[in-house]
Formats: sequence, structure tokens, C-alpha cells
Amino acid sequence: MSNILKINDLEKTYTSGSKKLTVISNISFEVEKGCIFSIVGPSGSGKTTLLGLCAGLDYPSSGTIELCGTRLEDLNEDERAALRNKEVGFIFQNFQLLPTLTALENVIVPLELQGDKNAAKFGIALLEKVGLGDRLHHYPSQLSGGEQQRVALARAFSNKPSILFADEPTGNLDEETGEKVIQLLFELNKEAGTTLVIITHDLDLANRTQQILRLKGGKIISNEKTRTI
Amino acid sequence: MGNINSKLNFQWLLKMAWRDGKASLSRLMLFMASIILGIAAVVSIQLFSDNLKQNIQKQSKSLMGADFIIDSKQEPSEKVLAIVDSLGVDASEVNFVSMAAFPKSGGTKLVKVRAMEGQFPFYGDITTEPAAAGATYQRLGGALVDATLLLQYNMTAGDSIKIGELTLPIIGALQSIPGSTAISSSVAPTVLIPFSLIEKTDLLQLGSRKEYQYFFKAPEVNLDALSEKLNPILDAENADLDTHISTSERLGKRYDNVSRFLNLVAFIALLLGCIGIASSVHIYIKEKLKSVAVLKCLGASRKQSFLIYLIQIISIGLIGGIIGSAIGTGLQYAFPYILQDFLPFNVEIIISIQPIIMGVALGVLMSVLFALLPLLGTWYVSPLEVLRGAEDNLQKPKYARIVVFVTIAVFIFLFSFWMLKDAVDGLIFTAGIFVTIAIMAGVAHLFIQLIKNYFPSSWGYTKRQSLLNLFRPNNQTMVLVLAIGLGTFLISTLYFTKDILLAKTSLENKKNDANIILLDVQTEQETALLKTFKSKDLEVIDNVPIITMRMESIHGRSVSDMRQDSTLTMRKWVLNHEFRVTYRDSLKETEELIAGEWIGTATPGKPIPISITDNMADDANLKVGDKAVFNVQGVLMETVVSSIRKVDWTSMQINFTILFPTGVLENAPQFNVMTTYVPTKESSAALQRDLVQQYPNVTILDLRQVFTIVEDILDKISWIINFMAFFSILTGLIVLVGSVRNSKYQRIKESVLLRTLGAKSKQILEITALEYVYLGILGSLTGVLLSLVGSQLLALFLFKEPFVPSVIPFLVFLPGITFLVVLIGLSNLKSVLNSPPLEVLRKEV
Repeated sequence: MSNILKINDLEKTYTSGSKKLTVISNISFEVEKGCIFSIVGPSGSGKTTLLGLCAGLDYPSSGTIELCGTRLEDLNEDERAALRNKEVGFIFQNFQLLPTLTALENVIVPLELQGDKNAAKFGIALLEKVGLGDRLHHYPSQLSGGEQQRVALARAFSNKPSILFADEPTGNLDEETGEKVIQLLFELNKEAGTTLVIITHDLDLANRTQQILRLKGGKIISNEKTRTI
Repeated sequence: MGNINSKLNFQWLLKMAWRDGKASLSRLMLFMASIILGIAAVVSIQLFSDNLKQNIQKQSKSLMGADFIIDSKQEPSEKVLAIVDSLGVDASEVNFVSMAAFPKSGGTKLVKVRAMEGQFPFYGDITTEPAAAGATYQRLGGALVDATLLLQYNMTAGDSIKIGELTLPIIGALQSIPGSTAISSSVAPTVLIPFSLIEKTDLLQLGSRKEYQYFFKAPEVNLDALSEKLNPILDAENADLDTHISTSERLGKRYDNVSRFLNLVAFIALLLGCIGIASSVHIYIKEKLKSVAVLKCLGASRKQSFLIYLIQIISIGLIGGIIGSAIGTGLQYAFPYILQDFLPFNVEIIISIQPIIMGVALGVLMSVLFALLPLLGTWYVSPLEVLRGAEDNLQKPKYARIVVFVTIAVFIFLFSFWMLKDAVDGLIFTAGIFVTIAIMAGVAHLFIQLIKNYFPSSWGYTKRQSLLNLFRPNNQTMVLVLAIGLGTFLISTLYFTKDILLAKTSLENKKNDANIILLDVQTEQETALLKTFKSKDLEVIDNVPIITMRMESIHGRSVSDMRQDSTLTMRKWVLNHEFRVTYRDSLKETEELIAGEWIGTATPGKPIPISITDNMADDANLKVGDKAVFNVQGVLMETVVSSIRKVDWTSMQINFTILFPTGVLENAPQFNVMTTYVPTKESSAALQRDLVQQYPNVTILDLRQVFTIVEDILDKISWIINFMAFFSILTGLIVLVGSVRNSKYQRIKESVLLRTLGAKSKQILEITALEYVYLGILGSLTGVLLSLVGSQLLALFLFKEPFVPSVIPFLVFLPGITFLVVLIGLSNLKSVLNSPPLEVLRKEV
């Protein structure tokens, strides 16, 4: 099977005055297409920094990233945005819905960016699939946390991404709601055949993925396959 | 494919701008309101200037009443009369200022007598009551008297008026005559009489200031060619040819100056609105940056994210521009009413499209320019913000910011240059704006630093909290101080300026300052008049002999020769002017010698040592020792400049440009000017009645009346200025409301949090109220103090008047504006205090 994400000798260093702070270093790994991959580690281990770099949201200090067959260092900001729009989906811990847009409008933004004329139709279907068919025109502030994350799920899958990055997707939800969201995430992923990269500190959730990358102090301490779901 | 995509893309951008905008509609409306009034003010002034220009052009003939006029300030020479005859004069007039008496009421009044011959005007109308009076007064041998004057003295057609030795019936009330305004005729209202009766008034004698005018109707004549040919000849004879075109151009220029000034006031309102836009957009975009980062995560490019918000700003500017232009257009109908006393014609409202388009374009341009700086944030925000939420990481685009600042400065300069038509004035205006804003911003910054460095840690919780709010992240201190400060600065400056102008008129209350001036007192009347004063127990303050003369030659070069010299550097008025000169042996306390030596008595056989004022020395290029020959009613007198004086023209004394020593002019034909102080209005009226009866040729200037008229004119001017300032003040208030509303979004979370933690309504109220008290006092105090300095400078350099500041701005404006600020600030808290915290958070944030 081919690899959708290839990371080679990645390092990210921040400079503050004369001090240099290396957040991650010597990071190399690959993610197979269609795989459910998790990155775990304690707070401050560099998980979110790694996700930002993998998704092309940030620039590494050194090393290379190949996402969906494209080397990110060759792309400028707008080319990265175009790549994300075409190939990448996101789910964030705090949902990150656009507060001034309704649930449906939030879901179809990626499709509209592509100029898809059937965006609304597809968006409604997606929202119905996540159980929010009756909440299409509600604003985020009118939805509960679980509902907001379901809208975010629908949005993440709306552009039929090749790879989906989920940053602590249940971090802001109670256990029961969190479990429901994860179920839904796995279901939608299975249906779409998307590669899923989950960042979490929930080991139970990580154990349900096919491969776990463990980080500590900005370095990989293990990268092992679990079982196939 | 690319086209379809870009079309779809643009549609999506519009859709996103609308989706995002509609959720923040009330805030966007507030931004819009900031510029509406500024645009309305600029458009209304522009439209009205256009209207005036078009009306003046259209009505140029009826403004003059003729195609051209030849006029002379002295009895026309044979040569002038020959020219007038050869051109075929159609009507003529001699006018002068004199006293008129009203036998019915016993009242007297200084009037401008216009003795007319022929059916003037040829264009436009004399409007009278009854309507036919304008056509019949000459035939009936009666007078047309200014309508307001008749009302004041409770007279009507049929009553009589006495001018000099002539008493004649009033045929009608004069409502308007071409070329005259309510203001211009307020000091000396017009009385029209037939020319044939002028001799009987016995007023055309030596010393009277009179003007001869010859009116021509010649629609086919090439006026430019005529003017070019005749003016040099007429100039040499101290006469002048004015065409209706040149007169209307002059009039147009005069109103242009007024429009330019009002335009600047309007522009200030617009700039104030733009500062409001900049601050509101700054907070608005700051709150949107997270959404922009999300959009970038989802694949939106920098250009797309930037354009979504740019479209919103352009829309605000566009709609604001359209509404502002509509209001400005509507205001057109108010201007003729506001300015009616200053206009010599009826303004026909013509709505031209150019100022409206300019208003809309200005709305868009100014909004975009002033929003550009915060808008740049959307371009530079990284999608990583979604994960990190660290606003501090936001790149500060240094060069882009400099470019925006420079563009704003250049635009303000270009706009003011366009309005003032002078690069230096435009530069001074632009610099003035930046200096004022910089001072305000500096004061706000200094205040914040002072609080930080000397924070009163011992104060109670609420007081400390409210002080902290002034320099916390996202504080509105700078913007509020600017909005409050500029608004207060404008109001106070207008108030102080009016004070300076009105201070001149209050001089009349000073004892020993003359308030009655008698002009044209003949030598043979002098003794009798002095007796009259004595009998009324009045003291003659001044009794000055006056001799009229003209310049004959300077530095040995004849004046007529100099008139032809186009390379002449001296001011030409000197060559044509009829000087009124006196002689005495000493200087007065209002005069200060600045060069040469004062010689009080002439030495026979030597050139006469004269003293001239500094401005005369400048204008005539004369210095001590220079020679000049004067023509004193036919007698040539050789003089030498022995001294140069500085004269305090603002003193209520009779001052002279040229001073002769004693021993020369005593026997020249002369008349006297006398001044006295009359304590009451009634005794002044009685004196005037007696003088007019006994000495009908003597012109009486009642300064008390003049002051009242000046005060009235100043009131009217200040009403117009206040009308325009109103836009700035209202804009300032809107910016204030906008800024305070913005701070609501910043503060509401804190207030709710405090509420959640158990803060009482009183405590929250106290924190907010105190914060706005600090801001209100700081802003308005800065504004008043800055205006105090500005007014002092105006008094010193422009009005050249002493400035005693009024306490009103300190006692009324400062607390009033602070109270208003607190009121607006507290209105924000209503929802926080009346609802449960969670409800507020869900709704507002």
C-alpha cells in the first residue's frame, strides 16, 4: 500500500530573543493510505506542532513533508491552502466552526471554495447523516458542544478528503458524547475510505487505531502498529 | 474554466461577505453611520458650491443689472464723461452715505442714498411693495426705502423721508435690487431717489464720499475687448470699468472661499468618521482573525480571506456614501435658507451629479483607506492560529503599514489641496490634522504610561479595576480619547473663536471710548457743533481736520507713468487712492515710531516732513528720506518721509495712514471728524435727531448700532459654522457610541465573569462608570486645553486680538461631555445587569 504522508527528519525550533527552543526533532514516519493513525503523548510533547506541520499549516525548521504525493516545502501559502482544500479535512478540539455561519453554511464552505454547485445538497445529506437534519440553519452558538462537533465532522468530510487530521476530537466533550462522535468519525471514515490521523492523549481511543506514534519531549519514542479494526 | 472558476469564486466571496456580515449587521451599521454624516456634509457643501457657481453664471447679468458699469469714486473727469457719452449711457447713479430723518417718528438713520437716472436695472428686477413703485418713483419724485428700515421705524408708503435739505414722499418699500445683500445693506440701508432731486439735498459737497456709476446695456459688445481697451484709460482718470462677467467671477471667488472653509469643516467631520471606522474595523477584524484562520485551514487563499472582508468594507463605504450623498442632496434645500442674508440672489437648486458621485467614491475610498491597516491582518494571519490561538504570533507587516500610512497622508493632502487650491495651505491643513491627532494620541499614551508607572495599588477594588481597564489588551483608550478629544476641541475652538470676534464689539462699554462719530463736518460748522455738544453736556473726544489728496509722484516718477509700468513691484492702490490726511504736531498713544524722526512742524522752503504707517511704507516701497509729491486739490506739495509709524488700528480711535506736520495744511479745503461718548441709547437718538435737523450734511456713525449689527452678522456667521460643526460633533458622538459599543464586546465577558463570581450590580456599574469618567475627563480636558492653545494662536496671528478665555468650555463642555460618555458607556451594561450570565454570554459573544 502507498504512503499518503511521509515525514523525514523533521525539526521545529522557535526563537525567542537569543534563546532557541526546539519543540520537535528527528521526526520521521510514514502513514499508509486509508490507515487510521494516532499520535499520542503528554502535554507539551509536540503533538499539535507535528499536526500543524503535517497539514501544511506551519513551516518546519528542517526536514521534509510529503503530503498526498506533494512536497510541502515546494509550495507557497496559497498552494498549500489549495492542497488542503482538495485533499485534507480537519477536526479540532474546540470545533472551530465559523460563528457567523449556520451549520449548513459551515459544512459547505470547503465545497464552495471548489466552486461546487451542488454544495448545499451534499451538505444537507451530510448533516442528515450526522443526525442534524433539523439543525441546518442554526448558528453554532445555538448548538450544544456535541452538535457542534458533529457539524465539524460533516464539514471535515464534505470535500471528500484523502486525509483527515483530528486534533483531540473529544477533548471538549463529555465521555458519552465523545464516544458518539468517535463512532460517527469511524463510520464516516470507513464509508469514505479516508486516511485518519488522530491526535489524542486518550490511550483507549489510540488503541482503537491501526498505528500509534508516541511522542515525548518532541521526539518519537515508539511507532507501532496495533490491530486492524 | 478559469473564468467560470473566478466567477464562481467572486460569487462565493460575495456570499461569504454577506453571510459573515449579516451576523454582525448592527456593528457594521455603526461603522457606516460614522461616515454617513461626513459624506453628507462634504456632498452638501460641494453641491451648494456648484449651485452657487451655476446660479452666479446664469444670473450674472441680473446680479449687476447691466452689461457693464463705469464707476468712479470722485466726480468724473471730462475724459471719463466723454467716454461715458460716447458709449451711450443707459442709466446712471451717484451714491453716498448720509443721515436720513423720518419726520413722522422723529427717528434718524445712516443710509446709503442712491440717486438714479434711467430705468436701471436692465436685467433682473427691483422688487418693491407696492410692486409698481420701482417703475414710478422717478416720475413721482419720491423715494424707495429699504423694507426692513421701514419696518424698524414703523413707516409705510405715503410717509416722508428727509435727506439733507430735501424732504420727499416714500413711494414704496425696497425689497431687493441687483447686487445688494441683506448683510451689505445692514449698516446703511438703501434709499433710492430720482437723480433729478440730488441737487436739492445739498449733500454733494466737498468731503462727502460719493460714487458715480454709469450703467450700460450692450448685449452685443465684446466686453473683454472693451474692458482691455478702456480700463487703462479709465484707471488713469481714477475710474473703473466692470463687466457683468468680471463681477460675477469676483463674486464666485468670494463664495468659493466660503465654500472652501465650510468644505474643510465638513472634511474634518469625515476624517473623524474615518478614525471611527479604523478603530471599529480594528476590533472587528481582530475578532474575525480566528475565523479567517479556519477558512485558510479549509483551503481559502490569503486573497480570498482578505477579499471577503474588503467586500464588506467596500459595501459599508458604498452604502454609507449613497446614504450620505442622499442626505447631502436633501440638505441643499436648507442652505439657501441658512445663507439667505449673505446671497444677493435667489438660489435655484440644481442637483448636479458630480458631487454625488464624488460623495459615493469618497465613502468607498475613505472607508477602505482607513480600514486597510486592520484588514491587512486577514492577509497575514496564519492558519496555525486555529491550533494555537496565539494572536501575538501575528506578523506585523511593517512595510505594508508604512505604505498605508503614507497613502492616507497623501490622500488627505491631495483632498485638502483640491479644496484649498493651494499646496502650502493644503500641507498646513494636513500637518495640522496630524499634529492634533498626534497630540491627542500622545496624551492618551502618556496617561496610560503614568497609570502603569504610578499605579495606585492602595485604591479599592472597583477603582483599581476601572483604571486597569484603560490599558488592558483591546482597550479603547486611544480611540475614545481621540473621538472625545477632537469633538471637544472643535466645539471649544468654535466657542473661543466666537468669543474673540465678539470681544471687539464689547469695547463699546468702555467709558471714554467714543461711540458717536461725526463725519463731513464743514469748517464753518465746527464752532456751532462744539456749542451744541457743550449744551448737551457732551465732551468732544476727538476733533480732527481732514484733507483729501492723491499721490502725484514717487521718487520723482509720475503716478500716471507708473500706472503703465507692468514691472512695478509696489501695490497699485497707492497710485489711485484718495488719501484722507490730517495734520498735528505730536503722536498719539496708539502710534509708535519705528523708523526715522517725528517732526511736528514744517519748515518753510523745505520739503514737508511726513510720517507714514509701516504698511503704507511696504505697499508703496517707501523708506525714511524718500520723496513723494501729493496733489492737494490742485496744489502740488513736495514731501519727504521723515518717519514710519506702527498704528494700533484696533483701537477705537481715528487713525491715519499719512500724517502731515502743522504749518502746511491749515488753510487747505478741509472738513472735520468729531467723536463723542453718549451714555444711553435714548440720548444718542436725541442727539442724532438734533444734528440731522441742524446739520443735514453731517454723517453720524452710531457705533452702538454698528456693534449690534456686527454682533448680528457674527451671530449669523457662527450659526453657519455651528451648522457645519454640528456634523463633526454628531459624527464624534457616533464614533463615540461605536467605540463604546466595541468596547462592550471586549468588556462583556469580564463583566459576566465578575457577575458569575458574585459581583453586585453596583460594583460592575461602578467599575464601568469610573472607566468612562476617566476617559471622558481625559478626552474632553485634552480637547479644551488644545483648543485653548489653538484659539490663543488664532487670536495672536489671525485676529490680532487679546484673548481672554471663557470658562464655559471648562464649566459646561467638560462635565457635559464626560457625563455623555459615562451615559453611553453605562447603556452597554443594561443587558449584563438584567439577565443571567450564561444567557448574556451565549447571546453576545
